[in-house]
Amino acid sequence: MSMTDGPTPLPTAAAAQAAVDREATTAGPGSSTAPGAGRFKSFGSKWNALSRQQQWAFLAIVVVLAYLLPILNPPIITTEPGNNFALACFDMARFALIAVGLNIVVGYAGLLDLGYVAFFAVGSYTAAMLTSPDSPFLHIPYLWTVPVAMAVAMFFGVVLGVPTLRLRGDYLAIVTLGFGEIVRILATIIPAMKGQVGFQNVGHPPGSEAGGTPIFSNSNGVPWYWLTLTIIIIVLLLVGNLERSRVGRAWIAIREDEDAAEIMGVPTFKYKVWAFAIGASVGGLSGALFAGQVGFVNNQRFDVQTSILFLAAVVLGGAGNKVGAIIGGALVSYIPLRFTAIADYKYLIFGVALVLIMIFRSQGLLPARQRLLAYGRQAYSRISGRTGGGATPRTGQVTGQEKEAGA
Amino acid sequence: MFSTALTALPLDSDWINFDVPSLVQNFWSATFDGLTFGAIYALVALGYTLVYGVLNLINFAHSEVFIVGCYAVFFTLSGLGFGPSAPHLGFWSIVLNLVLALIIAMAASASTAFLLERVAYKPLRRRNAPRLVFLITAIGASFAIQYTIFLIRGPNAEAALTMYRPTPIFDVFGTIIDSQQLVIVIAALLMMVATDLFISRSRTGRGIRAVAQDPDTATLMGVNKERIIITTFVIGGVLAGAAALFYVMKIPSGVQYTGGFVLGIKAFAAAVLGGIGNVRGALLGGFLLGLIGNYGQILLGNSQWTDVVAFVVLVLVLLVRPQGILGTSLGRSRA
Repeated sequence: MSMTDGPTPLPTAAAAQAAVDREATTAGPGSSTAPGAGRFKSFGSKWNALSRQQQWAFLAIVVVLAYLLPILNPPIITTEPGNNFALACFDMARFALIAVGLNIVVGYAGLLDLGYVAFFAVGSYTAAMLTSPDSPFLHIPYLWTVPVAMAVAMFFGVVLGVPTLRLRGDYLAIVTLGFGEIVRILATIIPAMKGQVGFQNVGHPPGSEAGGTPIFSNSNGVPWYWLTLTIIIIVLLLVGNLERSRVGRAWIAIREDEDAAEIMGVPTFKYKVWAFAIGASVGGLSGALFAGQVGFVNNQRFDVQTSILFLAAVVLGGAGNKVGAIIGGALVSYIPLRFTAIADYKYLIFGVALVLIMIFRSQGLLPARQRLLAYGRQAYSRISGRTGGGATPRTGQVTGQEKEAGA
Repeated sequence: MFSTALTALPLDSDWINFDVPSLVQNFWSATFDGLTFGAIYALVALGYTLVYGVLNLINFAHSEVFIVGCYAVFFTLSGLGFGPSAPHLGFWSIVLNLVLALIIAMAASASTAFLLERVAYKPLRRRNAPRLVFLITAIGASFAIQYTIFLIRGPNAEAALTMYRPTPIFDVFGTIIDSQQLVIVIAALLMMVATDLFISRSRTGRGIRAVAQDPDTATLMGVNKERIIITTFVIGGVLAGAAALFYVMKIPSGVQYTGGFVLGIKAFAAAVLGGIGNVRGALLGGFLLGLIGNYGQILLGNSQWTDVVAFVVLVLVLLVRPQGILGTSLGRSRA
């Protein structure tokens, strides 16, 4: 997540270093979870002052800790005795994955998707209908349903996006809101979708323990959590690359000012559809995981309210910041599970939170950095030779200052 | 692999059934019922359209403004002694009770709309916040109101109220039009005509059109923009309160915390169908959507299809004619 890959590389040593740096950045999972500067500015600058090795070491620790979380079951953080902690971890990871997906749509491209649960539902139903013995369809192994679920969700994203994304953003909001409700209704009233009866015994990944019980069982959250965490890391890598590419810059330009982006030659419609479709496919992916873990899919799990929770996750964490999205997603899932006394009030709490965040701190907990501005400053400093030109060999520090300037 | 998939596909009848004979048989009753629903949609759609015309904002919380009105009707009428069976009252006392409920519902909805504008939107406007922020606030506010109702009144719908026993009045094409349908459609039409006249003739209406056209110029010309915005929200609230009374009349068991959301989407679809930002468009869109939804429901055999049909209509309109049927904006109409 370094800032070294801004504009087209300039023919300087710094640019060469930047290219090396970019290779390093894209190589590993850690860098994607780099916390953003902003509210925790001192932390941000401290982070940037660390050498790359130190950053790596720190991130390795964070990732290892994340993997060990359900095993360690730390006393105060744990959600027990109210909720099984390993399952809670899976739920947090599921929300985090959803938030990462929705963040592409809302955070990067600035499109308001209020029916994200519909893509989640499409993913769940795809996985269920292709693995459950209750469905008359062809059955395939569970792991194959994951890409199928992504593709189907993406298809629906395109179908929904093409008519609405040509228009102003508000239409997308209401159309997605309607779509979220429609998917639930269709699941209820179309006989083949089995309504409340639903699909039992949805498949799960292969493998069983010595005793013959499957590793990925419904009651054991740990393997599911690890699987989801791994998927999150992979998705973060892919999304991080996308974000730093031409596509990502186009999204941010669209978010900041769509008309200006169009005039500057960004094919806004195309990139909006891409953002919407990619976001939808991540939603489908998490839906398939959810269906596998719970093992049962019916029409009761996909209400529009859940969509607003997803949105709250992204907005709370900081739209446009993938670390923020992960934290926001985990929090939105964690708070009702940990504090079961307020679980009944969660929709009210997050609804009010949405309004308050928008009025008082619309950038969320971890604000997205003003990347375009940062890119501009970086280019300027390279050209004017103040920090560039190979005079500063430690790129990490250069980017650190720029990060701060941009934040 | 996929050929087996195709042979294994369930029969078509498992997915969607078209019951054409039923539609033909019930065509006229579906038409009259559809017009009744359409009148309710149109009244709510006017609220969306007016706010959209002035602020260019989809006021997602308008559906909650409407449902607050429904609760006001429910509480007023149950306080006045109405219950599940038709009341034993004279004609004029029923009318009096209903007018009282109408006024209270309008007041409740209008004050909800007023508060909403002051608490949620005004701080953002002062800060010149981006559109996305407005939309997220709107949905957050809608959610907050919805779940406040949920916490107070629980998940179940309120007990049904019967305001009066509908009596048959006309017989058209062998189908009976009852007094309820007639009352709803005529009252709603009167209110819509009044709104249209207010927007096109009155001084405040001229202000609304001016702000819709160009807020800055309107301010320079001496229009008090803040007052106009508040007025617009309040008018939307009053119309939603009227819609609430008719809604409870038509669907007595529909007073539920999610009821506003479900109707709101349809009303918005109606506004877009007619041309959002256009007062007459909301009227046309409401009636059309009421008809289409009702035909669809009978054709497909389940009342929940109404929502699906409305949604499909919305997407098709956006695809083919995004500006809606009438298509002009509030500012340009009769400027």
